[in-house]
Amino acid sequence: MVLSDLRQGQSAVIEKIGGNGALRRRILEMGIVRGTEVYVEKYAPLKDPLELIVKGYHVSLRVEEAAKITVTPVKPA
Amino acid sequence: MTAKRLTIALAGNPNSGKTTIFNNITGTRQKVGNWPGVTVEKKEGLIHYRGYDLRVVDLPGTYSLTPYSIEEIVARNFILDQSPDVVIDIIDASNLERSLYLATQLCELDCKVLFALNMADLASSRGSKIDGSKLSELLEVPVTFTVGNKNEGIDILLEMAVELAESEMPDRSKRRVRYSKDIETAIEKLQQDFARHPEARVPYNERWTAIKLLEDDKIVKQRIVEKTGGEARRILDLTASLREHLRDRFDEEPEIVTTDERYGFIAGIVREVQTNTTRQRIDISRNIDLVLTNRFVGFPIFVFFIWAMFQLTFTLGEYPMEAIDALIGWFSSSLGSLLPDSLFKSLLLDGMVAGVGSVIIFLPNILILFFCIALFEDTGYMSRSAFLMDKIMHLIGLHGKSFIPMLMGFGCNVPAIMASRTLESEKDRILTILITPFMSCSAKLPVYIALAGTFFGGRAGSVIFAVYLTGIVLSMITGRIFRSTLLRGADAPFVMELPPYRVPMFKSLLIHMWDRSKIFLRKMGGIILIGSVVIWCLSSFPQNVPLTRDYDAEAAQVKTAYETKLQAAEPAGRLLIEKERDEALQVLDRDRRAEQTEGSLMGWIGKAMAPLFAPLGIDWRGGVALVSGFVAKEIVVSTLGVLHAVDGDERSEALRTALKASGMTPLAALSMMVFVLLYLPCLATVTAIRRETGSLKWMFFSIFYSTSVAWLMAFVVYQAGRLLGFA
Repeated sequence: MVLSDLRQGQSAVIEKIGGNGALRRRILEMGIVRGTEVYVEKYAPLKDPLELIVKGYHVSLRVEEAAKITVTPVKPA
Repeated sequence: MTAKRLTIALAGNPNSGKTTIFNNITGTRQKVGNWPGVTVEKKEGLIHYRGYDLRVVDLPGTYSLTPYSIEEIVARNFILDQSPDVVIDIIDASNLERSLYLATQLCELDCKVLFALNMADLASSRGSKIDGSKLSELLEVPVTFTVGNKNEGIDILLEMAVELAESEMPDRSKRRVRYSKDIETAIEKLQQDFARHPEARVPYNERWTAIKLLEDDKIVKQRIVEKTGGEARRILDLTASLREHLRDRFDEEPEIVTTDERYGFIAGIVREVQTNTTRQRIDISRNIDLVLTNRFVGFPIFVFFIWAMFQLTFTLGEYPMEAIDALIGWFSSSLGSLLPDSLFKSLLLDGMVAGVGSVIIFLPNILILFFCIALFEDTGYMSRSAFLMDKIMHLIGLHGKSFIPMLMGFGCNVPAIMASRTLESEKDRILTILITPFMSCSAKLPVYIALAGTFFGGRAGSVIFAVYLTGIVLSMITGRIFRSTLLRGADAPFVMELPPYRVPMFKSLLIHMWDRSKIFLRKMGGIILIGSVVIWCLSSFPQNVPLTRDYDAEAAQVKTAYETKLQAAEPAGRLLIEKERDEALQVLDRDRRAEQTEGSLMGWIGKAMAPLFAPLGIDWRGGVALVSGFVAKEIVVSTLGVLHAVDGDERSEALRTALKASGMTPLAALSMMVFVLLYLPCLATVTAIRRETGSLKWMFFSIFYSTSVAWLMAFVVYQAGRLLGFA
């Protein structure tokens, strides 16, 4: 399952960041690394980009970028 | 004895409050410029502190020190090459984990680092406490607390910075990031190689250099080639084989592995120093976003904010503009009455004062606009607007943040192009700058009103709307084309932080606004002055144009004729006769000016270019008017007026009659409007393009591109129209 498959309000743990070069490194540097839990805060009104909460801060990603991130959804407690 | 000089660099993530701290330290004693060769803003300030001269440099806000963005390269090169005495890392305490990524990278460099945990009050209100002394112990870096927006802790920060600068370089070898065994082995192998070949003289800290080589850092590789000469081949070969080995071992690029491991190291530190007391917290920022980026009301609110900014900029700006206009008029006329008529006077008044005046007049717009933009940026709304607009802007190959500059283009291209500074990626910035001139600015409106009003009567409104729409469509096409050709690839990743909303500090808004406006005033002044003088020369030389009529004699005749009439007339009728006389003199003056302009270099250029304009259905007068429009687009109408020897005002009946009488057809008028919409931007805009792209190349490209598109589009409109049977 990829990050962009998640719906608003769902959480997931990062498995693998795909893509290449600068973008991939940038995503990692922002703290979206393997094993990190992310929460999908919302999608923009036009469904792209989406807003995540990672390590206590808010970050936005384009859907096409999020589609390259493999995740495992966390079951709501 | 002169005071000892220390250089202190401020590093930190964007939105960490770094700029606020910089403002607190330096106050208004700031120098704003650009970093050499790039258009990244450079700010520095010089202060005296306890017998020291402190040069404080605000590095660009970055999340990391990998050389991917210009900001990161600039920040890193400053630390590497200028060796500041101390680097203060401003750490957003409520965002500790991510902030430590940059912090650990700074620690790996050979520099004295000091951590300022900023906004810890906010963090603790969110239920997280940070043990500063523990952090200091773990990383062997002095740590202090600051609250930037309350100006707390700044004095201690400076005191610690000076103390650190005067102390010995700490040995941090035991406190640095430890990578996994395979990576450490590779680092060691490179370090051993450096040690075996001391003649190679690796330019930076050896461990750091080894890590960067393993991460395939382009800039470090290049430096190695430059600095180590013949040794470079061997070092790079060794690096390549080590990278190959690591790639096999991890099934992953080594730089990805090191990033991962750094975050692992950081996670360990965060566990030790940060305690979260309450998990559930009231997050005001999230609540605000429930409204401002809401699926239904997010856009309407955004449109309202933009509308309000537009209104403020161009409606509120109107009042000071009128005042400035009046002031310039007063200055010009009082100077005019002081000086005797001469060529010099004309140069001074019609050239310099009029030219510079035409630019100064935008100052109120610029001040207000930059105030609004600073407000958007400092509150955190700017990134929300990018969040909302990105989908649409991405369709034309742009970033969400490009929207605001483009929109401002409808008002005036000069502030619009300057507003493109808010874009982080240089390619996005250049693309935005290239397409912004297609947004029809308000100065072009009088031209449309004159032409459409004359030739399209009741349908003028729809025609003008269509012209605006043409500009928008062409900007989208241009965006797509350039993104896939000239400025390919670097479509900046949209990994953008949405920082918490903050109440902006008025002082910092003013500093922001003034810094940018100052650049506008200073740099525009010079070029605009020269440009105005050139245009003035073109339209006033040669001086002795052979005239077909003796205007002075005719004027004298008119005067004497009316003199006799006046004497014969009743006192009550005199006013009317005087008015008639003045009108007759004005007609003469206009005829003379028309002939003079026709005979001037400008007229000559217009006529020489007539064959170029002919396929567009534009006669030489139109050509001259278009050329003169380079100074400012409004001038197109007044030049048309001069050349047709009528009052030059877009609503003037006389101009309408004259335009119709000149044989211009509605189709030709449409073609001319399209040309005006698209052709080369005005002098002030061109100057702004030069300044904001930092290159003459892009400036000339923009001029060439827009003018070619203008010609082509006008040609298509005119010729296709004729084929379809419109005259």
